[in-house]
Amino acid sequence: MLKDITLGQYFPVDSVLHRMDPRFKIIFTMLFIIMLFAGNSIWTLVLGAVFVLMAQLLSKIPLKMSWKSIKPILPILVFTAVLNLEFISSGDVLWEWSFIKITEGGLQTSVFMICRIILLIVGSSLLTYTTSPILLTDAIEALMSPLRKIKFPVHEMAMMMSIALRFIPTLLEETDKIMSAQKARGAALDSGKLTQRVKALIPILIPLFVSAFRRAEELATAMECRCYRGGEGRTRLRQLRAEKRDYIGLFVCLVFLAASIVLNVLHKV
Amino acid sequence: MHFMDEMITATHLTFRYPAEEEADEQYENPRILKDVSLSIERGSFTAVLGHNGSGKSTFAKHINAILLPEEGTVLVDGMDTREEENLFSIRQKAGMVFQNPDNQIVATIVEEDVAFAPENLGVPPEEIRRRVDESLKAVGMYEYRNHAPTQLSGGQKQRIAIAGVIAMQPDCIVLDEPTAMLDPQGRQEVLETIHRLNREQGITIVLITHYMEEAAQADRVVVIDDGRVVLDDTPEKVFSQVDRMKELGLDVPQVTELAWELRKAGYPISPEIITENDCLSALESLLEKESIT
Repeated sequence: MLKDITLGQYFPVDSVLHRMDPRFKIIFTMLFIIMLFAGNSIWTLVLGAVFVLMAQLLSKIPLKMSWKSIKPILPILVFTAVLNLEFISSGDVLWEWSFIKITEGGLQTSVFMICRIILLIVGSSLLTYTTSPILLTDAIEALMSPLRKIKFPVHEMAMMMSIALRFIPTLLEETDKIMSAQKARGAALDSGKLTQRVKALIPILIPLFVSAFRRAEELATAMECRCYRGGEGRTRLRQLRAEKRDYIGLFVCLVFLAASIVLNVLHKV
Repeated sequence: MHFMDEMITATHLTFRYPAEEEADEQYENPRILKDVSLSIERGSFTAVLGHNGSGKSTFAKHINAILLPEEGTVLVDGMDTREEENLFSIRQKAGMVFQNPDNQIVATIVEEDVAFAPENLGVPPEEIRRRVDESLKAVGMYEYRNHAPTQLSGGQKQRIAIAGVIAMQPDCIVLDEPTAMLDPQGRQEVLETIHRLNREQGITIVLITHYMEEAAQADRVVVIDDGRVVLDDTPEKVFSQVDRMKELGLDVPQVTELAWELRKAGYPISPEIITENDCLSALESLLEKESIT
């Protein structure tokens, strides 16, 4: 049952966005986030929406998937909306009841905030939908490589991330086995009060940890046997290569960013 | 030169795990290997037998310098494992495959995992690609190159681990009970693969095992008991000493035992029978003789 959990959010179809250089896709996402948060007018949101829609169409990711990524943050959206409605008071009062007062300014801000968060989530989840976790790790390693100059362990971090990804399914399988074994000995895992259920997790977590440490040690030996000695002098099978489409993408992103800055300035005047 | 024919040479190898820091200074861990002298010829297929705790895995770990001898020396292709600067050349020359395939696969994609060792060695990308493809073909897993290791069976995963070692272009592969966690079919796949590598590419194989049938297929069987080499000969010669093997707590292949029992009962049958085919033809000629008399 635990096996059904999919790893990451990667949605494998063949599209332009899927084939793009993952380093560029990370940069696009960052530029997009800057664009959303630097803008303070409704027009930047419209611009953002156009951008997301364009990317969505290029990625061939069904809209249903985007809804799936918004669903978990619905409580946050509601919370933001309520907070903004309640605490921002400017403009005409629209509705009032005891201490609750909804003003026009408050309504505007909360709609604005919700739209911004939705765009943020939909836009940035396109990155994880179109890029496999390994490519993402590779790209993060490549983008962070300048940090090596200040002795930041970039390679080690990327290696840790990819090993974590590699072991998630293995450890899930193991958890499944341990749960079955403990159930066979009469452990009641899905009944009882919350405190009892939490306590019932201990006999699962302890063997899981012990085995994870054992695995880690064996893996370390196996890696040493295959001449692993850190990132120095290491080459890669897969080379990240920027192509024409990546530069076109970058150009489009910069145009959007510039447009939103211009709109911002105009709006202020 | 006689020296060049030896892939691995252990002389008076003695080992014990160092005592833990907080332990009593007087206390010393027991010796696991006691004066082991053994040389393994280039291109040979050697099986190392022994029951649990005999020291056979500890011996294996000396071959690629995971463990270093307390006394004595281990030479791999003439290089001393205790010399720091030899470390990576030795590990590249003598690859190692472990028991649990899950704990030695590093990457989430088969071909990425096979590429791991050449990447570490700083091989250029085009050359890595060539080696990965060749290694995957050598173990018959080429069509699985884009799969996730978790989707594969135990035998397939173990073949990926072997491919990952072959990609270093080693002269020798040490396999530490590679089939212990596999089902019969997986065992068969792995054994066929290592025999083929030995035959076709001349890779020296050291197979640590406790399956007698696997050892019977080797050129040479070394039996380790309580940290010493107690028997070292062809499988026929080793297994024909049925009494001695039982004394050591080891079995012999079923057919050997059958021949041994028949001999005890007074039938003229060779004691050096280790395969089913040998046994079959021996029984056939025995029956013919019986029917004549």
